[in-house]
Amino acid sequence: MTKLRVNNQIMDIDAAPDTPLLWVLRDHLALTGTKFGCGMALCGACTVHLDGAAVRSCVLPLSAVEGKSVTTIEGLSAGRSHAVQAAWLELDVPQCGYCQSGQIMSAAALLRGNPNPSDTDIDAAMSGNICRCGTYPRIRKAIHRAAELQSAPALQPAPVQIRDGVQK
Amino acid sequence: MTQVLADLTRRGFLSGAAGVGGTVVLALTLPGFGGKEKPGAAAGGQLNAWLTISADNSFTVIVDRSEMGQGVYTALPMLLAEELEISVDAIKVVAAPVGDAYVNPLNGGQVTGTSNSVQDAWEKLRMAGAQARTMLIVAAAERWRVDPNTCHVENGLIHGPAGKTLSYGAVAAAAAKVPVPKDVKLKPKERFRIIGKSRLRIDSASKVDGSAEFGIDVKLPGMLHGALAQSPVLGGKVAMLDAAVAESMPGVRKVLVTTSGVVVVADHFWQAIQARKALKITWEPGSNARLDNIGIRALLEKAAKADPGSSARADGDAAAALKSAKQSPRAVYELPLLAHATMEPMNCTADVKPDGCDIFVGTQVQQMAQATAAAAAGLDPGKVRVFTTLLGGGFGRRLDVDFIPAAVEASKAMGAPVKVIWTREDDMTHDTYRPPAREEVSGGLDAQGRLTAWSLHITSPSITARASPSTTDPFDSVVEYAVNYPYAVPNFSLTYTRQEIGIDVGYMRSVSHAPNCFVIESFMDELAVAAGKDPVEFRLSLLEAKPRHRRVLQTAAQRAGWGRPVQGRFRGVALMEGYTTHVAQVAEISVDEGVLKVHKITCVVDCGQMVNPRIVESQIESGIVFGLSAALWGEVTIMEGQVQQTNFNSYRVVRGNEMPELDVLLLESGEAPGGIGEPSVALVAPAICNAIFAATGNRLRALPIAGQNLSKA
Repeated sequence: MTKLRVNNQIMDIDAAPDTPLLWVLRDHLALTGTKFGCGMALCGACTVHLDGAAVRSCVLPLSAVEGKSVTTIEGLSAGRSHAVQAAWLELDVPQCGYCQSGQIMSAAALLRGNPNPSDTDIDAAMSGNICRCGTYPRIRKAIHRAAELQSAPALQPAPVQIRDGVQK
Repeated sequence: MTQVLADLTRRGFLSGAAGVGGTVVLALTLPGFGGKEKPGAAAGGQLNAWLTISADNSFTVIVDRSEMGQGVYTALPMLLAEELEISVDAIKVVAAPVGDAYVNPLNGGQVTGTSNSVQDAWEKLRMAGAQARTMLIVAAAERWRVDPNTCHVENGLIHGPAGKTLSYGAVAAAAAKVPVPKDVKLKPKERFRIIGKSRLRIDSASKVDGSAEFGIDVKLPGMLHGALAQSPVLGGKVAMLDAAVAESMPGVRKVLVTTSGVVVVADHFWQAIQARKALKITWEPGSNARLDNIGIRALLEKAAKADPGSSARADGDAAAALKSAKQSPRAVYELPLLAHATMEPMNCTADVKPDGCDIFVGTQVQQMAQATAAAAAGLDPGKVRVFTTLLGGGFGRRLDVDFIPAAVEASKAMGAPVKVIWTREDDMTHDTYRPPAREEVSGGLDAQGRLTAWSLHITSPSITARASPSTTDPFDSVVEYAVNYPYAVPNFSLTYTRQEIGIDVGYMRSVSHAPNCFVIESFMDELAVAAGKDPVEFRLSLLEAKPRHRRVLQTAAQRAGWGRPVQGRFRGVALMEGYTTHVAQVAEISVDEGVLKVHKITCVVDCGQMVNPRIVESQIESGIVFGLSAALWGEVTIMEGQVQQTNFNSYRVVRGNEMPELDVLLLESGEAPGGIGEPSVALVAPAICNAIFAATGNRLRALPIAGQNLSKA
């Protein structure tokens, strides 16, 4: 049994120590918002926060995260209220959506350490996240927008209709 | 509203199944919702194949096209909501099961492809909304015992005489029994409240909180996980298997030989992947053991030289006109194999029981998925239910069904649900690749530099001949765009030599358009240079009867600053009509010591009537990025029958930090809706290569650009 904290809950995981965190999250904890894309930390679809920093969970063995705190897209905020999620919705960033959990987690980690990133900062922080649908222009705009939302708590995201419209 | 009902009363009702757009929409029993929400179960009613309204006034729209990012889960419900007079916010979307009503007649099947989902749905779903609205009014009028012509709907409420109102949900069950009205009138464009206005995608909320369910996320009670070992040599088969070590590994339930290869079934996917490494398999490589790129290229060249090809279009006498031309430039262009590289690797979950089979899969072809699963399970197709999940990218890859049988065969053998996931390496090395092509082109110019002849001979494998063996037209996937060559020329010849290469080729986003447009638009530039004319002016001179082409080209040129040089920057242009959408692009680049930088791509689009402009814009941008990856780096190479690219480190795609500025302009247009998913892909390579010629004098006649000489000629 390996103990770790996932989205603020202590979890006991019964998996081989070499099991990548990605598959622990997906197969053992049913947290499928974190995606498998490449298995080699090349695409960023599996990005989660480990003690607050963005990491690629597909190459991170369970043994390396013992006792640490993991945040996944499911635990980023309640009701999609994180500034990055709000900005993502305001600009309607996702297309197929598969890479977006990873994009959002990378962007959230960027903004935590750098509340007002330049385009160059965004390039550096986001270059590890591939999007085959090519949502990059909107991602860039949404990160700038999230920075605005975050820096001015009174600033509300533009009204967007948020619903769970797609059957799960 | 009165007018609509008067019209309806005059013409009477059509009882039973109603013909809408040539498809049966009523009296349809929806299979395939077991275990999920049952539309109409809450004492409401199913009003037609696309709509159920429950008693609590919630609306479910059944979308019969697969959502792969292109926005059908939003655009199609918007069409229906426009006529039903409800808010799109009230709609819940479910994926359609396999059903005759869900056939896309433009594609000849229940197929999401060819960028025509809106084109197909345009009348059909507005009509479904209008008919349902009318049926609700009739049911309410019956309840009130009043003339339906005294009732109307507004904002999702039915209004009767003397201020009476009813919710749709209150009469949905009764409305479902009302005969379907025929010849309901659709709103004129001026009265659209929803169509043509940007709104948030219905699927976006689930895609920013991780709750969106893709095929890879499906979880069933008792489900096992499978990893598939396929022959490294494409087309090879298992000769010998020693699974002793693998079967003894933790969590491994069984190792199975299936028609797709060897499947390791385990409790968890990681266990299956670890055990797969321990398999000892001897592969019988088959006929591709010595296949490589040099061989494929030689095969195409030999075929091209041996065969004049079958004619796909002929006007005048191109051969004679080329002979008598003042100048007749000739060139050979070559296109590489490409991988789709969807972000979600291929996967399928199957649950085979003695009397039926469920599959959960991101597919663009529900009927073919059903038939494939049925064959693998040994069941009648009617016993297979297909649950279409969200697709983590399609790009045509999911028009193939090769990732379905292993899951079905494994589930059948295990007596339990099995999800088989391909790794990125599996996906990259066992794609159904965009076929390579050799395109030989020549043009005739008279003394004034006018185009007198055009001749194009394409040699390539046929996707359609493989994907639809019964096809009578194996050409479409290869020559479709070249047939629609837009420029006025009196003598035109287009011929096709089909040459297979031994491996499976598949449809890829902008199927014939990307290769054909690269050749046509690059060679048009070559001809402009030979004629001593400006590339934009040369094209315009041949487009007198093509106002939509002219408009996008002129607008793009003006917007991109064509004719107004910027120091160190060079521009190239490309134009195309594809999927009934007209697009022009201008690429602005620099080449510094042989290193290319793409600074900006200007793209002007006339796609006719738009449903949701913000989705249109995202699709146009998406296509440009897709085309940019292919133009810069896209190439699959083969050595001894094995694909050499295995992951994103060897198959490079554009990343955010590598993006040029995109300037997309969508033109207002009164034309019918055109496709938006594919057209913009095709223009990127020729626009950039034409700019490279402007910068360096080097004409690139093969893709990708990477690795080619960009020094000044």
